[in-house]
Amino acid sequence: MLGKLDWSAIPIDEPIPLIAAGVVLFAILAVLIWAGVKGHYPYLWREWITSVDHKRIGVMYILLAMVMLLRGGTDAIMMRAQQTVAYHSNGYLPPEHFNQIFSAHGTIMIFFVGMPFVIGLMNLIVPLQLGVRDVAFPTLNSVGFWLTATGALLINVSLVVGEFARTGWLPFPPLSELTYSPGVGVDYYTWSLEISGIGTLVAGINLVTTVLKLRTRGMTYLRMPMFCWTTLASNLLIIAAFPILTATLAMLILDRYFGFHFFTNEAGGNVMMFMNLIWAWGHPEVYILVLPAFGIFSEVVSTFSSKVLFGYRSMVLATMAICIISFMVWLHHFFTMGAGPDVNAIFGIASMIIAVPTGVKIYNWLFTMFGGRVRFAVPMLWSIGFMVTFIIGGLTGVLLAVPPADFLLHNSLFLVAHFHNVIIGAVLFGAFAGYTYWFPKAFGFRLDEATGKAAFWFTLVGFYVTFMPLYVAGLLGMTRRMQHYDVAAWRPWMIAAGIGTVLLAIGVALQVLQLFVSIRRRDELRDTTGDPWDGRSLEWATSSPPPAFNFAVLPNVTGEDAYWRVKEHARRQDLDKREPDYKDIEMPRNSPTGFVCAFFATVMGFALIWHIWWMVGLGAVGAFATFVVFAWRDHDEYIIPATEVARIDRTNLAARRAALDLAGIAQ
Amino acid sequence: MTETTFAYAQGDPHRLRGIQQAEVAHEGPAPKRIVTAYGFWIFLLSDIVMFSCFFASYAVLLGQTAGGPSGAQLFDLRSTAAETALLLLSSFACGLASIAADVRSARWFQAAMALTCVLGLGFLILEAREFADLVGRGAGPTRSAFLSAFFTLVGCHGLHVSAGVLWLLTMMAQVYAKGFRADILRRMLCFALFWHALDIIWVAIFSVVYLIGSGA
Repeated sequence: MLGKLDWSAIPIDEPIPLIAAGVVLFAILAVLIWAGVKGHYPYLWREWITSVDHKRIGVMYILLAMVMLLRGGTDAIMMRAQQTVAYHSNGYLPPEHFNQIFSAHGTIMIFFVGMPFVIGLMNLIVPLQLGVRDVAFPTLNSVGFWLTATGALLINVSLVVGEFARTGWLPFPPLSELTYSPGVGVDYYTWSLEISGIGTLVAGINLVTTVLKLRTRGMTYLRMPMFCWTTLASNLLIIAAFPILTATLAMLILDRYFGFHFFTNEAGGNVMMFMNLIWAWGHPEVYILVLPAFGIFSEVVSTFSSKVLFGYRSMVLATMAICIISFMVWLHHFFTMGAGPDVNAIFGIASMIIAVPTGVKIYNWLFTMFGGRVRFAVPMLWSIGFMVTFIIGGLTGVLLAVPPADFLLHNSLFLVAHFHNVIIGAVLFGAFAGYTYWFPKAFGFRLDEATGKAAFWFTLVGFYVTFMPLYVAGLLGMTRRMQHYDVAAWRPWMIAAGIGTVLLAIGVALQVLQLFVSIRRRDELRDTTGDPWDGRSLEWATSSPPPAFNFAVLPNVTGEDAYWRVKEHARRQDLDKREPDYKDIEMPRNSPTGFVCAFFATVMGFALIWHIWWMVGLGAVGAFATFVVFAWRDHDEYIIPATEVARIDRTNLAARRAALDLAGIAQ
Repeated sequence: MTETTFAYAQGDPHRLRGIQQAEVAHEGPAPKRIVTAYGFWIFLLSDIVMFSCFFASYAVLLGQTAGGPSGAQLFDLRSTAAETALLLLSSFACGLASIAADVRSARWFQAAMALTCVLGLGFLILEAREFADLVGRGAGPTRSAFLSAFFTLVGCHGLHVSAGVLWLLTMMAQVYAKGFRADILRRMLCFALFWHALDIIWVAIFSVVYLIGSGA
């Protein structure tokens, strides 16, 4: 009846996951009850859960990422604490639990923090920057988000029901095969990622179509803001790379569920094929995460230097070059596995070549700042912190790209330090920069500056104190993922890293505090102009938060830095006091399709993990029925009448003019 | 409703609206029909990437028969040729259905779609028979890595055809219930793209798996 599921799946003998799960469950219940008591459910259902508005979906993606950051961060703290104390001792985490934690940490941070954070920011901002009213496929967008949430949910369910994979963030066979991992851990991994992978693919298709087919009048390719370009590149990579992940995990699933022999040791299976396939996805994945961050830094550096981005065209070229070369370097993840010197040399050289366009970008940002009037607001701090940190991470990456050096450093903490250096330094700093930069656009008030700056400095210093020691420990020969160790020389570095983790945790806590403080002080921090940073692109041309239709009249773009031109023009000729010609606007209706579909996906995923076959069928039928019901509806759009558009827009313009008059700009 | 008028009856059949001018001065968001079809093309691309992984794994594992039978001993080219014929004919019927939808002929549309469905089901039955026969002869997917890759590649295509049949029946019901609405015509466009793409993949499977495989 319930497949493999019985009471033994609940880890009653392990206090740590039980207590953690208890706390999480309690927090969720408390929030649910609070929302129920306050009567927020109808509002949440109407305005958020069923929303197909790209801004709302973007915000929900980012919220998911931030909650998962807390979960993944807790895993990180536990691991660092374990390695701080586990010298000549077993520490406080038993090996099988430690293995689950490092697997969950990597999986969560990449798939449920990095991905939703950048996809959320792209969703929120790209249609605004392109000057359009929505993404190409609004309902599909909602489906994509909720499927990602399903994946995150399933991974967290594994905390209480059953176990998570002990195979690392990528489940290398033969360890991940049924013979060596008979539990449900790897199944939790594969099914959550298959489901959330579909969500990611949907988001990728949606955003590529949006950038290529939905741009406002006059927004030619070479007038798009840099963030739109990096969005395009990143989502092209999603479309080309995520199907590889889907196929590879499907093969692993077939091995585990039906006794196929793709990656087994017996009957001709080929383990190296898994390595090649998973990294053919895995390396582009790195750039899927980092390219949007590069786009954010481009926007932030240009805005806060009050200068046009230096070398815009070379930046576009570098972005697209990275997009292509990122598919030609995957083998550098397993130089040591015997491909031979010729193959290794080719991939080593390709890996060094990809550093060139990245270097071009760094110089472009530096030259954008050069001679500019740089304002050191929080987003700019994150950007400068990124430039310094990322250069170090990039250089250690070039070291690892040299095959002979890689033979020594492979699988050591040096490698761990390197990829944290680039992923934290670029993706996370970029996400934080984008979060602080665009928060006022999404909510109409800025984030508190003082706590933001404190959070930045704690995170920056904490990062160096945590990860620089790991480079040293790696050079001293310490391999990654050690549950305990007996080498005295490593000990001080582990303690230093532990102290750094405390600083990082304080940084995260300060960001949470910043959110609370800002919400409490929102009236002081209110932005009525829609343009709090003196921005240059079209998202600042509408109010904050933007109305459902984004722009009352679709803007007409005449050059790069579209909004900057509008402002200059307006200052010279006082043009924006003319009343535009308002028309009725058609907007897509909200739909619960995404949420219901994800509900059935969750049921199906859980049933597949536990081999509850009737429930799998139920989930599949439910998902199909959901689509049919969606396809059957007669009205998929509603009309906002011109008078209403005019009313909203007049209020916005009045507030904006008042603020500009106050600043003495509008004359 | 302008986007639902006869596509091929106009001077600009693909609604490119003058690509040359669009390069110089971008005219704004594309109409829905273009956006939908474009997005679906991108989905098909991603699907083809997924198939390419299964093709690659098949190529890698081709020789790994683990002492079991190889393709030359297993494949029956006559049955495969019949499958190919059924699938290509079903694509032709699907093309007829698209034309019928363009001229708003519900009767011809339903007839052509029903024919597509029958031919597609015929393909699926032949494929299921082939699979059952192989398993019966002890050459199931668990026998060797080669057979795992074979069953996965061909079976994945078969699953796509099955999903296509489900979609097809839904389209027939929808046109019956709602008529040729703009959004339904857009879906029909996507369905036709999907069905033809499955043909392309089958041609690759026929060549790479069956033709090369039965020779070796």
